[in-house]
Amino acid sequence: MTLKLDKRLELHRMMMLIRLFEEALEEMFSRGLLHGTMHLSIGQEASATGACLALDKEDLITSTHRGHGHCLGKGADPFKMFAELLGREDGYCRGRGGSMHIADLSNGNLGANGIVAGSLTISVGAALSFQMQKKDNIVLCFFGDGAVNEGSFHEALNLASLWDLPVLFLCENNQYGMSMASDKAVAGESIASRGNSYGIESIQIDGNDVEAVFESVTNFKNEILSSNRPKFIEAVTYRYRGHSKSDRNLYRTSDEIEYWKEEKDPIKRYIGKLIESGVTEEKLKEIDEGVKELIRDSVKKALDSPMSPVTNLEEDSYA
Amino acid sequence: MPELTAGQSINKALSLILEKNQTAFLAGEDIGIYGGAFGVTEGLLEEFGSERIKDTPISEDVIAGLAVGASMTGSRPIVEMQFSDFIVNAMDPIVNQAAKLHFMYGGAVNVPIVIRGASGAGTGAAAQHSQSLESWFCHVPGLKVVTPSNAQNAYDLLLSSFVDPNPVIFMEHKLIYKVKENVTLNPIPKDSSYLGNASVAQEGTDLTVVSYSNMVNVVKEAVAMKELQNHSIEIVDLQTVSPIDFETIKNSLIKTKKLLVCQEAPSNSSVGTTVVSEVVESDLFNVLETAPKLVSGLHSPMPSAKHLESTVIPQKEDILNAIQDML
Repeated sequence: MTLKLDKRLELHRMMMLIRLFEEALEEMFSRGLLHGTMHLSIGQEASATGACLALDKEDLITSTHRGHGHCLGKGADPFKMFAELLGREDGYCRGRGGSMHIADLSNGNLGANGIVAGSLTISVGAALSFQMQKKDNIVLCFFGDGAVNEGSFHEALNLASLWDLPVLFLCENNQYGMSMASDKAVAGESIASRGNSYGIESIQIDGNDVEAVFESVTNFKNEILSSNRPKFIEAVTYRYRGHSKSDRNLYRTSDEIEYWKEEKDPIKRYIGKLIESGVTEEKLKEIDEGVKELIRDSVKKALDSPMSPVTNLEEDSYA
Repeated sequence: MPELTAGQSINKALSLILEKNQTAFLAGEDIGIYGGAFGVTEGLLEEFGSERIKDTPISEDVIAGLAVGASMTGSRPIVEMQFSDFIVNAMDPIVNQAAKLHFMYGGAVNVPIVIRGASGAGTGAAAQHSQSLESWFCHVPGLKVVTPSNAQNAYDLLLSSFVDPNPVIFMEHKLIYKVKENVTLNPIPKDSSYLGNASVAQEGTDLTVVSYSNMVNVVKEAVAMKELQNHSIEIVDLQTVSPIDFETIKNSLIKTKKLLVCQEAPSNSSVGTTVVSEVVESDLFNVLETAPKLVSGLHSPMPSAKHLESTVIPQKEDILNAIQDML
């Protein structure tokens, strides 16, 4: 698959947006502006970007506790995301969800989830709606390597396969479930092989190659719609930051982190590829400046927006 | 007006919902060709087909989870846990997902689902098939918990639970599956305002017994015993245990000034303790002529043998004794 220049620049721009969004959050956190913790996906931008940009607006995603990238990829407004983390009324959840629970229904994001594997069974239900409503759309379910040892992972895959549901399971294997290395946690051949064991065609890809992710998701989406079978992708990637803000990285070496930053970084690699193909540095700089400006403006607007008022929270618990 | 058991009246309600709402579907274990472990879904597969009466593998976690995802995307799932004890395998989708998504996402989504299950003891089904776990769910903001006591209110409460925009845990006591009564087959209501209302099952002036689920029927038997023939006992059937209708309890206590609460579940952190604490914390404390009393199941797993099982569950004699102590 040869992607058009516009699409390739869009992939680059989205990866930059995700990274700068999260770097801005880090800065705000260090300045004491944010209440609570967060889970950053810095280093994993290619899987969120490649996957989300391969979908239509009407396709749905379910996301994880490390979900800022998925949310932005599906078209969320960074201002409303910053506002959410700052507890503002304009935030996606009016300050009730925070980093871990942003949902953006208008763009087809059914929400980030604080429970590991919590969204697997939800994605199956959403796909059942699509099937019953006879819609030509899929549900893309993001989860991490930590989710594949939860019972709900297995129940969800089994049912999706039995009922021919239009789900694309996408495991972002960043190789650690908090501190637990996935090679110490996952029995059997590979995470992808678990999909195959439920009769779901499954592949393992380089999750830091944004075009590889885009192409795999595009192809699998088409196959899901033509064959009515779910599919499974294991995208191997790596997070540079700790699990959350309290992580001291005791379970891995700085050499390992440096290796991934230097040799495997998805943005750096893609810039190299774009320049090799004739995109000018000026063009990329222009895109990056646009993203920086958007982030700056969004942060400022969010900081200037009103705090979420204290309403009757017991009443807000019910529809 | 047909004579139906609660199982049959629930079947009628499900059939009406499926007929009137094309987005509604049922999912659960053995609900199709088997007709449900207690026969509640008998005939629905033939009537509505396998696309809407969905037999699932034994997978309570994904049964509840798919209900959440389906309800967020325009479908109206009613799912069955078979024995409500099995709901323990589905706690994450119910407690962490269904109950919280509306609040957590700032009101952007609703999760209108009904999760049914057969609860309670009295059938010799032993410790893992006899529990009354309703108070677990009362503790979770975002859920409603409904506990019918007879065929008529099971029918009406199920229709209202379906209409409600929130996740509803619907606990059907196994013993009400066995009792027939005349049932008025009302249409689907326009709103769910019937939920959260207690009903005065019997009027009286000397003492109020608050109860719910099948224990209401045991209370009725106790109150009908000859030892109480000269007394006037009021029976309040909560019907919905989250939220609880304290207004009806209050109005009853202003009249009777005595409160007895009866439940099959153990007392620790239960519906009964909530009712008592709410009453004694309120102005009603000054109205009461005697300390409230709670008759509960023993804090024990349910034994299998009949004589041991009946030791754990309050019997009509236990309720009679408590009433006589208080009068």
